[in-house]
Amino acid sequence: MYRYTEFDESFLRARNAQFRAQVARRLSGELTEDEFKPLRLMNGLYLQLHAYMLRVAIPYGTLNSAQMRALARVARQWDKGYGHFTTRQNIQFNWPKLEDVPDILDAFAEVGLHAIQTSGNTVRNVTADHFAGAAADEIADPRPVAELIRQWSTDHPEFQFLPRKFKIAVTGSPNDRAVTAAHDIGLRLVAREGEIGYQVLVGGGLGRTPMIGKVLAEFLPEADLLPYIEAIVAVYNLIGRRDNKYKARIKITLHETGLDEIKRLVEEEFIPRRAAFKGVDQRLLAEIRGHFAPPEFIKGDNGAPPLSPALRAFIDSNVTAHRHADYAIVTVSMKSHGATPGDATAAQMEVLADLAETYGHDELRISHEQNAILPHIPRAALPDLYQRLKAVGLATANIGKISDIIACPGMDYCALATARSIPIAQEIATHFRDIGLEEEIGALKIKISGCINACGHHHVGHIGILGLDRAGVENYQITLGGDHTEAAAIGERAGPGFSADALIPALERLLRAYLTLRDGVDEPFITTYRRLGLGPFKAALYPQEGAQDVAA
Amino acid sequence: MSRDYSKILTANDLRLGDVVYWAADQRWARGITDAVVFADSATAEAALAAAFAQSDLVVGPYLVDAITTETGPAPAHFREAFRMRGPSNYPHGKQEQAQG
Repeated sequence: MYRYTEFDESFLRARNAQFRAQVARRLSGELTEDEFKPLRLMNGLYLQLHAYMLRVAIPYGTLNSAQMRALARVARQWDKGYGHFTTRQNIQFNWPKLEDVPDILDAFAEVGLHAIQTSGNTVRNVTADHFAGAAADEIADPRPVAELIRQWSTDHPEFQFLPRKFKIAVTGSPNDRAVTAAHDIGLRLVAREGEIGYQVLVGGGLGRTPMIGKVLAEFLPEADLLPYIEAIVAVYNLIGRRDNKYKARIKITLHETGLDEIKRLVEEEFIPRRAAFKGVDQRLLAEIRGHFAPPEFIKGDNGAPPLSPALRAFIDSNVTAHRHADYAIVTVSMKSHGATPGDATAAQMEVLADLAETYGHDELRISHEQNAILPHIPRAALPDLYQRLKAVGLATANIGKISDIIACPGMDYCALATARSIPIAQEIATHFRDIGLEEEIGALKIKISGCINACGHHHVGHIGILGLDRAGVENYQITLGGDHTEAAAIGERAGPGFSADALIPALERLLRAYLTLRDGVDEPFITTYRRLGLGPFKAALYPQEGAQDVAA
Repeated sequence: MSRDYSKILTANDLRLGDVVYWAADQRWARGITDAVVFADSATAEAALAAAFAQSDLVVGPYLVDAITTETGPAPAHFREAFRMRGPSNYPHGKQEQAQG
């Protein structure tokens, strides 16, 4: 994986020293909050309901063990012993003191991590398939390009004050695990007659106006990728709306301007920008690619280890096919029943770091689904690995099931939230386990957001839950039929919202209806929904309404 | 029919980010029970303006609706109730401080 050069290190040292001085001036009263706020946001420091929050980028979700240990150290030394992994492959610390933040950032700089551009109207942390470089279904590793975009976008002088934030995601696999269609730019690596190129999607996004990205280029040669991205961002920077925050994302620019006109403008802008790059991007990409050479995989013992029922269940649920037959990709659930989705304690982080170092070629990933990944684990090591995960509460076999929920921090922490998300996720997970339906329901994506900004991706959940404030009471709207994959779709609102107390019984009615309606045990919820549409599920959610219709 | 005016002044502490309330003794208190309840908008707005001038102590002051209970002022809205208590997933924030 990418190692910082001397240039990277000195840039980060200088940036941290600058922020340390800014914090000192704020604390001494030399800077007002109005003056300081944009400076702290440029360095990932928010003020939330109860405390400051520091958001640190995990570029394209890739970490080594030293970096994971640094997260643990910060959690233990300067926070409350845990961190929260987010849907943008970042980590958030919920309780830092302002005066400690410069020391925290220096601790991160030691291992090549930073919080730059994790806020503000800039290009944010570039996200990628969390199985990158390991997945059996991958065309090529998307991370070299993600790293190239990270270097290009970090402190890019032209793009520090965009109309609004700008998110880019990359996948190297036709099975899209990076939700590329819900990003300002989504890149899908494709191979055509032996040549690598990119399908470029533009204008996807969730939030108050959810939209699926549209194809701007069907096959862009790799050599053109960076100038083409720069052309898109430059066009957006000039014509994106700055008069209305809610209409400022590129999805609205695209919607109002039209795909053909945006395409014309981008292609016009591309020509001089392509020429100005003079190949430097390709030389840099070649250099970066060297950092992402696959590890030297070792041929394993072909004898299958004896599996306990618990280990078999863990493997069935949490293990994905690796590009090397003797290896496995292990997804470590950060969603044990009743826990906060995406939270890990310092002790858990340290065990993950140890396991990556001992068994996994020193690599870890964080997924947008708020789980950790050990991408390169020899299959023969799975029994030992499972035991060590189990000892720290990280062996929950629930990946892709009802308790593997995405949930934003919601009103337990976030200043923008209109309702809580975390207790809803906790209750769903424990309720369906306790009534014994989790395994029977099988594959299901529930995604919960505590406000319309949709950090919890509710629009693309098979079942999406949106928390709102209705006349001073928390209220939860349900959407159905969303899809976060290559077949991305925005869910359909089922009807009026539910109070927190009524929500779990409503979900139980919905899912019991699914169990009755499905065409055999192998038909997942989303397939049944697509086959039958909203009608029968709406009837299950609102039985009173159905009774009234019949009576009428 | 207009409701009786009842607001408290709150902000976050500059250094810790902790929730604070403007108290009767002209200081920022950590607990809502010490908060002064404003019964008219002129006094409340004057206090808010004064709070903005205390940028070296607090961040983002604002007025919120309050109700009066047996134990003193309490927030009228659930958002402020969460700020007063702390998050629901861990015993952190003010509930942790209350436990000592």
